[in-house]
Amino acid sequence: MSSEDHLKDTDTEKRFEFKKEESSAFTSGKGLTEETIRLISEDKDEPEWMLERRLRALKQYQKMPMPTDWPGQPDLSELDVEEIVPYIRPDVDQRSGAESWDDLPEDIQDTFEKLGIPEAERKALSGVGAQYESEVVYQNMQERWEEKGVIFCNMDEAVQEHEEIVKEHFMTKCVPPSDNKFAALHGAVWSGGSFVYVPEDVTVNMPVQAYFRMNSEGMGQFEHTLIIAEEGSEVHYIEGCSAPKYGTHNLHSGGVEVFVKEDAHVQYSTVQNWSKNTFNLNTKRAIVESNGTMEWVSGSMGSKATMLYPCSILKGRGATDNHITIAFAGDGQDIDTGAKVYHNAPETKSTIESKSISKDGGRTNYRGLVHIADGAENSSTSVECDALMFDNESTSDTMPYMEINESKVDVAHEATVGKIGDEDVFYLQSRGLDDDDAKQMIVAGFIEPITEELPIEYAVELNRLIELEMEGSLG
Amino acid sequence: MATLELKNVHAEVAEEGEKILNGVDLEVASGEIHALMGPNGSGKSTTSKIIAGHPAYEVTEGEVLLHLDDDDFGDVDEIPDDARTWDLLDLEPNERAALGVFLAFQYPAEIEGVTMTNFLRTALNAKIEEREELLFGEDDDDEEEEEAGYDTSPMEGDYDEGEVGVAEFQQLLKEKMELLDMDEKFAQRYLNAGFSGGEKKQNEVLQAAILEPAIAVLDEIDSGLDIDRLQDVANGVNALRDEQGTGVLQITHYQRILDYIEPDTVHIMLDGEIVKEGGPELAEELEDKGYDWVRDQVYNAA
Repeated sequence: MSSEDHLKDTDTEKRFEFKKEESSAFTSGKGLTEETIRLISEDKDEPEWMLERRLRALKQYQKMPMPTDWPGQPDLSELDVEEIVPYIRPDVDQRSGAESWDDLPEDIQDTFEKLGIPEAERKALSGVGAQYESEVVYQNMQERWEEKGVIFCNMDEAVQEHEEIVKEHFMTKCVPPSDNKFAALHGAVWSGGSFVYVPEDVTVNMPVQAYFRMNSEGMGQFEHTLIIAEEGSEVHYIEGCSAPKYGTHNLHSGGVEVFVKEDAHVQYSTVQNWSKNTFNLNTKRAIVESNGTMEWVSGSMGSKATMLYPCSILKGRGATDNHITIAFAGDGQDIDTGAKVYHNAPETKSTIESKSISKDGGRTNYRGLVHIADGAENSSTSVECDALMFDNESTSDTMPYMEINESKVDVAHEATVGKIGDEDVFYLQSRGLDDDDAKQMIVAGFIEPITEELPIEYAVELNRLIELEMEGSLG
Repeated sequence: MATLELKNVHAEVAEEGEKILNGVDLEVASGEIHALMGPNGSGKSTTSKIIAGHPAYEVTEGEVLLHLDDDDFGDVDEIPDDARTWDLLDLEPNERAALGVFLAFQYPAEIEGVTMTNFLRTALNAKIEEREELLFGEDDDDEEEEEAGYDTSPMEGDYDEGEVGVAEFQQLLKEKMELLDMDEKFAQRYLNAGFSGGEKKQNEVLQAAILEPAIAVLDEIDSGLDIDRLQDVANGVNALRDEQGTGVLQITHYQRILDYIEPDTVHIMLDGEIVKEGGPELAEELEDKGYDWVRDQVYNAA
């Protein structure tokens, strides 16, 4: 049986590549002008300060050049931001919110059904923010969170309901619009996303989950996630996406800001599978105070080009950062991902574990920066990059930058690059697995350090996505 | 009763064309134990890889046949007439495995991130499914629409009707491990990753015990084993024959393991051919006199 038939049979293709008729109440039209920004802000009924921030970010965006001078960076020349509709709101009255699954419009339910989200919700789900076109339309919060003062709501709501704290933290200290051209764009047109606030000494012991979807031709998604974990608190935030295919280039440019206070612990996990025509350009950053821990877990699949380097600024003594990333690139894809860590205090610690898989001429690149400031003594960092290639056409690069300005530190770096081993495949075949299954098993094992960090349904989805990618042309 | 039959097999390294086997004739039937002995470079390992279907070797002449009988598979009542004899050279390695051929590797691969339990259950189910397809032409193409859920764990995925389920498999694995005196913790370890030489060999025998092959080829299963481990491995191999009726082709340099796994027949290989055959006493004689004695006998007798 050919793998194409297999795809048809298993319905997997249908499951991950489908398109719904849009049901949009409002769209801001194409192009990026001050007028567009005012329209978005007005439609959201935002306070004046947010409009001002949007307009400032727009000016910065217009002034800043496209990144073109990075060594070996993905080609962004086909990206036409002017062609992208920044904002479409689905036909759900957001202000009253959908209290339960059944309240959602049928076609939206259907979309999530295909992604297996109801299933995910039944299992180990504590709260869902399901973003359909750029709005969170459904959220399910547990009473006991609210009792403890935990806030989990969509970002637009947070601007209205928790104005002071948002005003203080939103794109001010962590990711300012001036950071890079796409951060500026994001600041101007952001819409939707999640706001998570965990009070002092509260542990949210279930993963907070949100799913994102793009379902509108030529539409960008600019969701903003803001997580604030007060002293001694703990939370695990997850997002996942699986975007359908379209003929025009899509842009996804999200922003994530995380504040990890003293002794707090935040894990931010994401599994992304953008359609093969999406430019996925994000800015994600955490500021970690003393003895706090930040963990980034990212799986990057799909997209035409991805540039993603989650960053942690270790600001307080004894702060810790852990990165685990996995990237998969197939035909025509350029996945440029990595990590950035700034050790700005003594006794700070970071580990980066990067895994990448490339096949059919795809390219993965690990691009990372570890900066240890003068005076950040007794700090340590360890970077490990492993790349697995399926064929001789595929490429994998490693660009680890180390800026070490302190002598009393411990720095380790390891990199391995290998083709999937024929002897390994034969060993598994000799036990009864066919060629495809043997390769899939080796890949599943290779990415196991990532999947073991994820809740079960995410791990299932990640493995399934990778199987799907591999089935396309194996054998 | 299954029989593996090599008829006048000539083989070379696929890429370089270097000739290695020069007409090997050999038969191994269920329940029999054969030892294949010979100095380094005589072609013993190549013989095992050709039986298993390693892509690095090409058979240029001769046949590798597998004859099957109704009693070869515990859960199969009757094998169709046209599925009783197979030319293994036409089959993929996993198809050969499905029909009951097993190779214990001299240097087993290490697969990170894949637990023994997950690997063995997947292999067992793949083998059962492939065997059905080969014997009865049942193509399992009408796969049900996959559910968006999961029954087990992300590394194991869903399983269908007719497969060995997780709980059932864990019981089976536990029993077989006890039999081999293996520590329970192995079940959750990654396949051969960080195993000692001896642990790897034990694991090969464990896999054979789980997959219940009709014919098992053991490539230097004794190399690098201390005496205690050798005893464990030998017990495992004997159990394969005694309890499952497996036919064993044991490839070895040393006579020592034959004290523990007594062969019915000993074959001596030189320069890609089997030059001498006999009972267990032949191995002892070889131990005393060395391969030069065989060489003299063969070439001076001609």
